[in-house]
Amino acid sequence: MRNLLSAAFIAVVLAGCQSTPTQESAPVEDKSATATTPGGASTGGTSSTGVSGTSGTSNPLRDPSNILSKRSVYFDFDSYVVRDEFKPLVEAHGRYLQSNRNARMTIQGNADERGSHEYNLALGQRRADSVKRMMTLLGATDTQIETVSFGKEKPRNQGHDEVAWAENRRDDMVYAGE
Amino acid sequence: MPRLLRHVLSFLLLAFLPVFAAHAQLTIEIVGGAGTAIPIVIVPFESESNFPLGITGIVGADLTRSGLFKLVDYAGVSPRPTRAEDIQPAVWRARNADAVVAGSMRSLSDGRVEVRFGLVDVVKQTVLVTMSYTVTPQQFRVTAHKIADIIYEKLTGDPGIFSTRIAYITKQGPRYQLLVADADGADPQTIVTSNEPLLSPKWSPDGSRLAYVSFENKKPVVYVQSLATGQRMAVANFRGSNSSPAWSPDGRRLAVTLTKDGSSQIYIVSADGGSAARLLTSSGIDTEAAFTPDGGAILFTSDRGGTPQIYRASVNGGGAERLTFDGDYNVSARPLPDGKGFAFVHRAANRYQIALMDYATRQVQVLTDGPDDLSPSVAPNSKLIIYANEGGGRGILAAVSSDGRVKQRLVAPSADVREPAWGPLPRQ
Repeated sequence: MRNLLSAAFIAVVLAGCQSTPTQESAPVEDKSATATTPGGASTGGTSSTGVSGTSGTSNPLRDPSNILSKRSVYFDFDSYVVRDEFKPLVEAHGRYLQSNRNARMTIQGNADERGSHEYNLALGQRRADSVKRMMTLLGATDTQIETVSFGKEKPRNQGHDEVAWAENRRDDMVYAGE
Repeated sequence: MPRLLRHVLSFLLLAFLPVFAAHAQLTIEIVGGAGTAIPIVIVPFESESNFPLGITGIVGADLTRSGLFKLVDYAGVSPRPTRAEDIQPAVWRARNADAVVAGSMRSLSDGRVEVRFGLVDVVKQTVLVTMSYTVTPQQFRVTAHKIADIIYEKLTGDPGIFSTRIAYITKQGPRYQLLVADADGADPQTIVTSNEPLLSPKWSPDGSRLAYVSFENKKPVVYVQSLATGQRMAVANFRGSNSSPAWSPDGRRLAVTLTKDGSSQIYIVSADGGSAARLLTSSGIDTEAAFTPDGGAILFTSDRGGTPQIYRASVNGGGAERLTFDGDYNVSARPLPDGKGFAFVHRAANRYQIALMDYATRQVQVLTDGPDDLSPSVAPNSKLIIYANEGGGRGILAAVSSDGRVKQRLVAPSADVREPAWGPLPRQ
């Protein structure tokens, strides 16, 4: 029985080793309009209520037709370079912070599940810092933006394929009070 | 794997695991062996059947698990030897055994038990060791591991590691636990439970404390916790991330990765907390520090050259020397306690594998096949490396000998297991 069971264990393990991930990143949809704050990751800070000052009826951060409602920036494998397609989004939030000096934002960096826990924690931090740097170049101040990393510890997509990995190589921008 | 087959196997695990391992959360399976395992006979000790747990079964399991020994049958030999001087070499040489263990157990009037054993090299016809212990029945398991350590050391020349402990992290649903168990997976004890991630457990050099990273305050903070009292303290809780603790060999300081001044950089803090002194400066990521056994240098991961690679730097300042050049991802360096090299994670063709670098030759030996082998931790005798195979969100622990020949898997019934850390040799 024991030998049979050992064989079964090995069979399970071997079967689990079949997948060979590809390094190419699949095209990714920005799903950030529907999923904003990962659970349990809220950060304290001053409320941003009333800082928008535009129409008084709609908050641009929550208006689905406004680019500011989009909050996620996706990255290539092993990379913390902000891709061209996400620069308009980052620039829009940078300008928003510049014109709303009371607004505070936390950028949460994430990594996919492959590789070292600790290196992924540093990589997620670097991804958050990359976006922060772009925003400060556009006039946001250092004190408005805090960066944190969850590394590979809090994947939004629980899958184990390239689609999941591409979705999890991501920064989320969360305004204080949200 | 078909879902049905997986269910059947899960059922087999659940149904039969307790029979094999009533005390163990982790069950060890050998999946490869040394080419030249030492044939050894372990004769049941005299009167051992009077004691339910016994001794020799655990000794035999320890030695077999190392992959360096194979058990030779004692059946049919009569009378069975109970002392070293009773062992007749010719009888055992006829069974192709190289070594024989015999012994006895005797109840004392105070409830304790006297355990005696002898080890004979039947090739050279010499008694290698005889020992006796007076122990309580609760100490049988510890005593068996000690005996296995002695046999291992006498026959291989290296210290045995059967009396050591391992720490590891499990994830079950939303719940993370930091556990400590015996090296054979027995007697798991929960050290920390949290609904936020736990990371990077590291033993203090004397085995009395664990450093680890907890996200319980919504960001990574480094704690040091006493195993005896459970008391703990945040030793690095600065602005930004605090992670990747590594003990100095004297147990007084920790290298940690902090982001308080920008990107991830390596600092030194006291094991009692306090301020942090920056050790190195780079414009990119520096993390995963580990002290060399002499305490004079650290190995660490840095992307200063464009890809994550392993570097070495003196703790007294000066430049960093790049050690890995093969491939574009070499991380998680763990120095061998014998000072001859380090284990690390090497990526090749998208497979994360455990590898070893020898300082003298600068040769890299890849020890495992991957595809998701992470978090190596080296046994105190430098002969085994435990690591996690994290593929598919169902991590298991595994171990490989530092020559790559012997492989073991440590299977937990239901949890996702990761980040093993091998504890030091117990103090004598």
